[in-house]
Amino acid sequence: MTTSDPAASGAPADEVLDCLGQRCPLPVIALARRLPELPVGAVVRVLADDPAAAVDIPAWCRMRQQEYLGPAPGPAYRVRRTR
Amino acid sequence: MPTEAIAWADVTPSPVYLDAATAAPLHPVARQALLAALDDGWADPDRLYSQARRARQLLDAAREATADTLGVRPDELSFTPSGTSAAHTAVLGGLRGRRRVGSVLVHSAIEHSAVLYAAEQHVAGGGRAVEVPVDRLGRLDLDAWSTAVAGAQVASAALIAASHEVGTVQPVEAAAAACAEAGVPLCVDAAQVVGRAPVPTGWSVLTASARKWGGPPGVGLLVVRKGTRWESPWPSDERESGRTPGTVNLPAVVAAAASLRAAAADAAAQAVRLSALVDRIRARVAAEVPDVEVVGDPEHRLPHLVTFSCLYVDGEALLHALDRRGFAVSSGSSCTSATLRPSHVLEAMGVLSHGNVRVSLHAGTTEADVERFLTELPQIVADLRAEAGVTGL
Repeated sequence: MTTSDPAASGAPADEVLDCLGQRCPLPVIALARRLPELPVGAVVRVLADDPAAAVDIPAWCRMRQQEYLGPAPGPAYRVRRTR
Repeated sequence: MPTEAIAWADVTPSPVYLDAATAAPLHPVARQALLAALDDGWADPDRLYSQARRARQLLDAAREATADTLGVRPDELSFTPSGTSAAHTAVLGGLRGRRRVGSVLVHSAIEHSAVLYAAEQHVAGGGRAVEVPVDRLGRLDLDAWSTAVAGAQVASAALIAASHEVGTVQPVEAAAAACAEAGVPLCVDAAQVVGRAPVPTGWSVLTASARKWGGPPGVGLLVVRKGTRWESPWPSDERESGRTPGTVNLPAVVAAAASLRAAAADAAAQAVRLSALVDRIRARVAAEVPDVEVVGDPEHRLPHLVTFSCLYVDGEALLHALDRRGFAVSSGSSCTSATLRPSHVLEAMGVLSHGNVRVSLHAGTTEADVERFLTELPQIVADLRAEAGVTGL
């Protein structure tokens, strides 16, 4: 785990996944592919303008026990690998 | 040619209709009554000649039978041109009747779109709407509801009796008690309940839709309890106590009334049978389809409806794949909606919206139908995941 808290500080993400223009479930699939390749503690910002992403990215985090940090301008969604 | 015919037969097994929550197959009693009423009930019930008197008798009998099934007075019940029209009329009439008190409409986040569209129009006209959230299982937040209805200038409140999308039964009686305490009339959308489960009490206005219980399309029910401050939002005429204008589709109304009586008489037995089938679907889908989320309250739910979402699967592709195998279901996934937005109900619950399937059963659904669905579903989902290259993600 990293010692700093990017969730609290709003620090830049370690990686940005550009899923703009993609329909669900594609942004969720991109996240599911990429997150396990990053170290535990890493933060991904998923850029996604499909309205379903706002529902499905937090739901995926809950189902996969990853941490959903919340929305960000983009529209984007921030996720931290916790396991 | 013969090879092609065999291949076609192979992919189109006998159809299994599992979308009763949209429209149940026409009840045999409805068909009989409809055919008879086409011959007997075509005249205008408000005219003064023998054909009209016969039509009037049929309409009065339909109203009495329906009111009796619902446990209300016949003069409290109006037939509307659809369930949607009943919901619009109920909500807008409730607001209009109390416009001197205020212009706030309180409603749950999981109302049917008919109620939400009525709310939208109310807001566009300068009114206010307060949306009350639900939890992960789709249950109304009763504390937030009680606070909202006790707020300033609340004219009316609207609550769905049970979610048409996920089946969760709402605490209507507790919500109604909060409304009564605040002096706010409650409008209940009972479309998924009437003809299937006991209708809750405590409401001031109630709506339903005949095609949900096996009646014909194009008949809605609107009940306004005596003493309710309610005023029709439409230009009024002498029809249906002035609540909904225009001549009713009498043959369809007669069929709706006859089938409601039949459905209600069989409802308790069907609820036991279908509820057990839904339990089986809930358990088997969760156990046999990997990465699936079965949503809605597992206990306080409708007897005939179950919803689940399959991770990484496109909802539209899933519907088409099921259709090719002969299964008719619906979905709350955004790709299956005209607006390309996910279901507001799934969104309000915070559950996965893609790969979503709603299965809803009816009196004609057999155990064999459900078994075939459960046997074929895991492979259908696995094939779609393999095609999309998401297996094992």
